[in-house]
Amino acid sequence: MPRVRPGSVVPIVAILAVLVVLLAIRQPDFLSPPSLMSFLGRSAPIILLAAGQYFVVVSGEFDLSVGSLVTAQVVVAARLIDSEPSRTWPVVVLLLAFGAIVGLVNGIVTTRLGVPSFITTLGMFLILVGAVYLWSDGAPKGGLSEAFRRFGRRAFEDVPGLGRVPYALLVLLAAAGLAVLLTRSDFGRTLVAVGGNPRTAELSGVRVWRAKTIAFVLSGLAAALAAILLGGYSGVSFQAGAGLEFGAITAVVLGGVALGGGRGSVSGAMLGALTLETLFALMNFYGVSGALKSTVQGAIILLAVAVSSMRSSSR
Amino acid sequence: MRRAIAVVATAALLALAGCATDEPTATPSSTASQAAGSGTGEQSKFFVQADYDNELALLDATPTGPAGKPWEQVLNPKMVETAKFKKSGPYKVCFSNAGLNNPWRQVGFKTMQAEVATHRSQIKEFVHVDAEGKDQKQIADINDLLGKGCHALIVSPNTTATLTPAVEAACQKGLPVIVFDRGVDTTCPVTFINPIGGYGFGHVAAEFVSQKMKPGGKVLALRILPGVDVLETRWSAAKVAFDKAGVDVVGVEFTDGDPAKTKKIVGDYIQRYGTIDGVWMDAGAVAVAAVEAFLDAGKPVPPINGEDQLDFLKLWKEKKLTAIAPTYPTYQWRTPIIAALKVLGGEQVSSPWKLPQPTITEDNLDGYVDADMPPLHYAMCGCTDLPGYPQRWK
Repeated sequence: MPRVRPGSVVPIVAILAVLVVLLAIRQPDFLSPPSLMSFLGRSAPIILLAAGQYFVVVSGEFDLSVGSLVTAQVVVAARLIDSEPSRTWPVVVLLLAFGAIVGLVNGIVTTRLGVPSFITTLGMFLILVGAVYLWSDGAPKGGLSEAFRRFGRRAFEDVPGLGRVPYALLVLLAAAGLAVLLTRSDFGRTLVAVGGNPRTAELSGVRVWRAKTIAFVLSGLAAALAAILLGGYSGVSFQAGAGLEFGAITAVVLGGVALGGGRGSVSGAMLGALTLETLFALMNFYGVSGALKSTVQGAIILLAVAVSSMRSSSR
Repeated sequence: MRRAIAVVATAALLALAGCATDEPTATPSSTASQAAGSGTGEQSKFFVQADYDNELALLDATPTGPAGKPWEQVLNPKMVETAKFKKSGPYKVCFSNAGLNNPWRQVGFKTMQAEVATHRSQIKEFVHVDAEGKDQKQIADINDLLGKGCHALIVSPNTTATLTPAVEAACQKGLPVIVFDRGVDTTCPVTFINPIGGYGFGHVAAEFVSQKMKPGGKVLALRILPGVDVLETRWSAAKVAFDKAGVDVVGVEFTDGDPAKTKKIVGDYIQRYGTIDGVWMDAGAVAVAAVEAFLDAGKPVPPINGEDQLDFLKLWKEKKLTAIAPTYPTYQWRTPIIAALKVLGGEQVSSPWKLPQPTITEDNLDGYVDADMPPLHYAMCGCTDLPGYPQRWK
C-alpha cells in the first residue's frame, strides 16, 4: 500500500472520484453542468458546516450545537423578517452576530469552566431547542422575504458553459477561500498544535483557551451562513437543522480530520461533506431509501475512526 | 488518551444522531420505494371499509344548521339528551390541548380563544392547558383539571389509544366531556366533534390528481408520519383511488412535515425519474416546498394537492397551478365552545357532531386568498367575524 501522509486529502479525493464515476454510469445527466451546479448549491450549507466543524475538531473539541443553531436562526429570521423585504440585511447581520455569540459562549464554557465540549455543546443544543420552542409557542411564525431566500434559492442564470450558478455556490467559494487562508495563517497552525498536544502548546506560550474559543466562534459563524442558505433553500421550518451536526462531523471525519484533534485539513473536511452528499445522491439514483442515510453515516464514522486510530497506533 | 476521547465521542455522536434525526420513523418508506411501480402495497390496518363508505357519503350530504356558519352546522345529526348536565352559569370551561406545535393548531387555538371572547357573559373562566404534543403530559393535565372545579372539559387528544383512559376517568367524574379534532376509543364523552375526516380528505385529493394527469403517469405520495389515525385514513383512501385509477405510484415518502426534507425528496424524485406527473400529500403544510422543487428544477408543476394554508393558496394563484385543497378546517375549534354552552344549558347536541369539510378548487380559490394575512395562516378559520380579527391571527 502506498504511504499516505496522515491527514492528507488524497484518500477522500480518491473516494469522491470513485463515487463520481459510479454516478456517471448510473445517471450521466447528473454530471451535466446545470444539474451539477444545482447539486453543489444544495450541498453548500453542509460543506460550510463541515468547514466550521473542522476548526473545532482539529483543536481537539466538538461542536454538537450547530444543527439546533441552524434551526434557531431560521426560526428567528422568519419571525423578525415577517415577509418584510427591507428587514433582510439587518436580520442577516443579526444572524451572523447570533452565531458568533453562541460560538463564544460554547468556547468560554468549554475552555474557562472546563466543561468537556460535547457536554457544553449538547447543553447548548438543548438550550437552543427549548428557547426556540418557548419563544415561538412551538410552531414557526412569520415568513422569510424573497430577498432573504434568494441566497439559498436563486442563481445567476444563463452563464456561458455552466448554465446557472447558484448564489449559494458563490457564498460557499468565498467562505471556503477564507477558511483555507485562515488555516495557513499563524492562527491555523497554532490551532492544529493546540489539538495535537495542548500541554506542549501551552508551555510554548500559546493561549490555548483563546485559540479554541475562536474555533467555536468560527463554527457558529459557519452555522449562521448555513442557516441563511438553508432557510433560503426551503423556507421556514422547525427542523431546518435537525441532524446537521452529525452530518458535519461525519464529513470532517471522512475528510481525514482526526477526532481528538491535531491532524487534518479544512479542504479535506469540505471534500468530506461533498463526498457524503455525492454518496447520498448515488443512493437516491439506485433507489435506496432515505431511511438508510443515518445508518450509512453511523457506519462511516465508525469506519473512519477505526481506520485513523489503527494508522496512528501503527505509526 | 486521544483514542479514548474519540471512542467516547463516537458513542455520544451515535446516540445524538438517534435523537436528532427522525429517520427511523421513515423506515416504512423503504418498502414503499422498493415496491415502486408495483402499486401501493398492503392496505393500512387503520382502514375500515364502513368508515370509508360513510365518509365518502358525507362528502355529498347536505348540512343542517345556519347557512354560512359551517362551524355550527351538522352533517346527518344524531341528537342526544344533555339535561343531566344542566347548570346555571356563568361557567368555568377547561380545555386540555394536545399541543400548539404547528401552525394549524396555532390558528385553531386563536380562533377558539376568540370564540370564548364572544361568550364573556356565560364563560367566567376559560382554562387552557397545553400538553406540548406529549401523551404523558396530557394525561397528567387532564387529571389536574379534574380537581379544578371545571363545569365542562374539552379535550383535543394527542393520540387516540393512550388518552382514552384519561378521558374515561374524566367522564366518570360526572363532568360533561367534549372531544374534538382527534378521537378516543370510548363513547363516554357527550360528543365528538370533527369535520368529515381523513378518508374524505385523501379521496378528494387523490381523485383530483389521478384525473388531471395522464393515465398511468407517475405519482409521488408525500406523508408526514406513519401511525397517526387522521393521516393513515387520508393515505388509505388515496390508495384506493390510485389503485382504481391505475396510476403508477413511484414513491411513498415520509417528510416529517419538514419543508427542507420535502424539497430534497421531491428534487431527488425529479432527478431519478426525469418527470413526476402528480404529487399527492396527506397534509399541505409542505406543499409550497414540493412546488418549489419543480420550479427550481425548471420543470412544470404537475397536478398537486395542498391544504388551505395561505402560502400554498397564494402560490397556486400566482403560478396558476393545477391544484386542489381539501381541508380539515380550523373553524372546528369554535364548535367545542358552542357545544359546551349548549350542553351546560341542557340543550340537545349531535353525537357525533360531523362538520362540513369544504374543498378549495380553482373556482372558489379567489375567495380564500387573503394577501394581508401571514403565509402560515389557514384560510378556512371561519374567524373573520370574531373579535380581534385580523390582528389576533397575525
